Amino acid sequence: MESKEISIWFFIGVLLTIYGVMILGYGIWELVTGNFANVILKELHAPVWWGALMLILGLFYALRFRPGKA
Amino acid sequence: MLELALASNFAGGFLPHAMTMLAAGAPSLAHLGPLDIAVIAIYFVMVIWIGFYLKKRSNTSEEFFMAGREMTAWIAGLSFVSANLGSLELMGWAGSAYQYGILAAHWYWIGAIPAMLFLGMVMMPFYYVCKTHSVPGYLKLRFGQGSSIVAAFSFAFMTVLMSGVNMFSMAKVMQIVLGWDLNFSIVVSSVAVAAYVALGGLRSAIFNEVLQFVLIWGGALLVPILGMIEAGGWNGLKLKIAQNIANGAIPMGDYTHMWRSMGHFQDNPMGVHWTGIVFGLGFAISFGYWTTDFLVVQRVLAANSLRSARMAPVIGSFFKMAVPFIVILPGLLGLVVLQNSDGSLMKLVGENVAAAHPELHLHTYNDVLPLMLVRYCSPGLLGLGITALIAGFMSGMAGNVSAFSAVWTYDIYQPLINKKASDEHYVTVGRWATILGVVISIGAAYLVMGAAGIMDYVQALFSFFIAPLLGAVLMGMFWKRATSAGGFWGLLLGTLTSIGLFAWVKVDPSALRYVALSPYAKDMAENMYRALWSISVTFIVIFVVSLFGKARPVAELDGLVYGATKLPEEEPVPFYKNEWFWTVIALVIFIALNVIFW
Repeated sequence: MESKEISIWFFIGVLLTIYGVMILGYGIWELVTGNFANVILKELHAPVWWGALMLILGLFYALRFRPGKA
Repeated sequence: MLELALASNFAGGFLPHAMTMLAAGAPSLAHLGPLDIAVIAIYFVMVIWIGFYLKKRSNTSEEFFMAGREMTAWIAGLSFVSANLGSLELMGWAGSAYQYGILAAHWYWIGAIPAMLFLGMVMMPFYYVCKTHSVPGYLKLRFGQGSSIVAAFSFAFMTVLMSGVNMFSMAKVMQIVLGWDLNFSIVVSSVAVAAYVALGGLRSAIFNEVLQFVLIWGGALLVPILGMIEAGGWNGLKLKIAQNIANGAIPMGDYTHMWRSMGHFQDNPMGVHWTGIVFGLGFAISFGYWTTDFLVVQRVLAANSLRSARMAPVIGSFFKMAVPFIVILPGLLGLVVLQNSDGSLMKLVGENVAAAHPELHLHTYNDVLPLMLVRYCSPGLLGLGITALIAGFMSGMAGNVSAFSAVWTYDIYQPLINKKASDEHYVTVGRWATILGVVISIGAAYLVMGAAGIMDYVQALFSFFIAPLLGAVLMGMFWKRATSAGGFWGLLLGTLTSIGLFAWVKVDPSALRYVALSPYAKDMAENMYRALWSISVTFIVIFVVSLFGKARPVAELDGLVYGATKLPEEEPVPFYKNEWFWTVIALVIFIALNVIFW
């Protein structure tokens, strides 16, 4: 693809970053307040590590494929 | 489509159940919070943004219909798999895994992988070198206008009808899972798809399919991970399934082996035999879908080089092999972890049982994936899971309308209505064809809403064309002697054979024993053997008719037929970038998976 076009991986990175922030943020809020959602295995704090994973992947792709990067 | 048998079972049985549940005022399975709604809304904003952004990159027909043939192997490969990964397949196959066990994985492994690798390694060079815009376009080059028109009309007609059926089924899913209004789901999803495909063409559809592919994994992967932790790993799952069988909590059966019960039709709950799986599913249906259905082949044709075009299906095959992890495994886990509110094991039932007892608010097999999502996913994660289902639906629909647009413009409008228009004109026709495809899809969705019984027929119709089309393309691609008349009559009679066998079993269900060669055969076996019969007829007719005709000179077959084509030499690359290397790796993993779960 031409370099001047924004890569699809950038769009994916942006979306994963936004979702990562939202889900990780909720997970941290759960930890801080102790208001856990009524789901199975809530003690594993899935929103924290799944959100963090999405955030890391999202940031990697958003930065690696950011517009204008050679 | 490949998942026809299940989709038919799923959708055909799903609707009465849906109606019943709604009539009884059953509560929705999940309740979305503000965070979940925000996750879904952001997804819609993103797909529309991509459509608008790519509009300026879809001004020529090559850009609009073929994405400029600029896609890398990874993007084409992920799009190739994503276009097939609809939400109905996700939910339906998870339900099938709950009902039949790991047998359902046959549709992801032997029912996909050999065909995908064959497309990449053997067929792709011909599609790519002849520079066709579509599969009917290949038939036109090889067999002439007659075969192409038959294939183009059947494909265009069935593609938009299927799109409508899927749209309605998805709206029903949203209604049952979330309590959303039917019209709201249909309008919002179809407007979004129409907008981003009409704006950005195939490039936009492909970009969104890659995005959707990532979302499907991001939204659905957590369920099997947490499910396996709860079940105690694979051994724990097997132990609990054995305990539940011993307790009589779930029906007797071998839920964790794929081939052991395939020796006789009556030994497995699907009522199929290994010959049907290997030759019917693994060859006639699978090769027909993955190598000749333009919906998926179009993605690969958009690759930026022959090597990328060959590599794309190989890359796709690795992800296809992994899909059972997010589809089949949750279904199996549902057998041991789903519980009622009193702590007892939840038993999912067939659609007919649920419909017969609406007062009990029973959950059906097809509910297993949403139930697992609700079980493990807290706010945000639930929205992500639901977004994955919506994304799956939209990628399937975008695939349908973008393929419809190309076939309508190149294989129907251009040869029959306006042969010598400007390139700009054909792009405009393509944009309007996209919108037209969505409008017809919506019409089909409401048609199905008015008469749910026609859904089975619509879905079966799609399968009528797949196997004969494969027969015609294979004979055309690998036999120089095949003539235009042979191609036309083979395609036509093969299709009529399929329709005839379907009608025979509909009128007289006991005829299934003759079609599927066993009195113990069940519905799924019918699809497999019907495909085998129809492709056999196609092969024979093309062979016989061609023997009595005059073959085209070999010089005219350059780029179209094996043995008459000099394929361009590819530049040498390190082994880890070579498509043959990765094909061998994929084959080894494919064989290993079948041996492990034998």
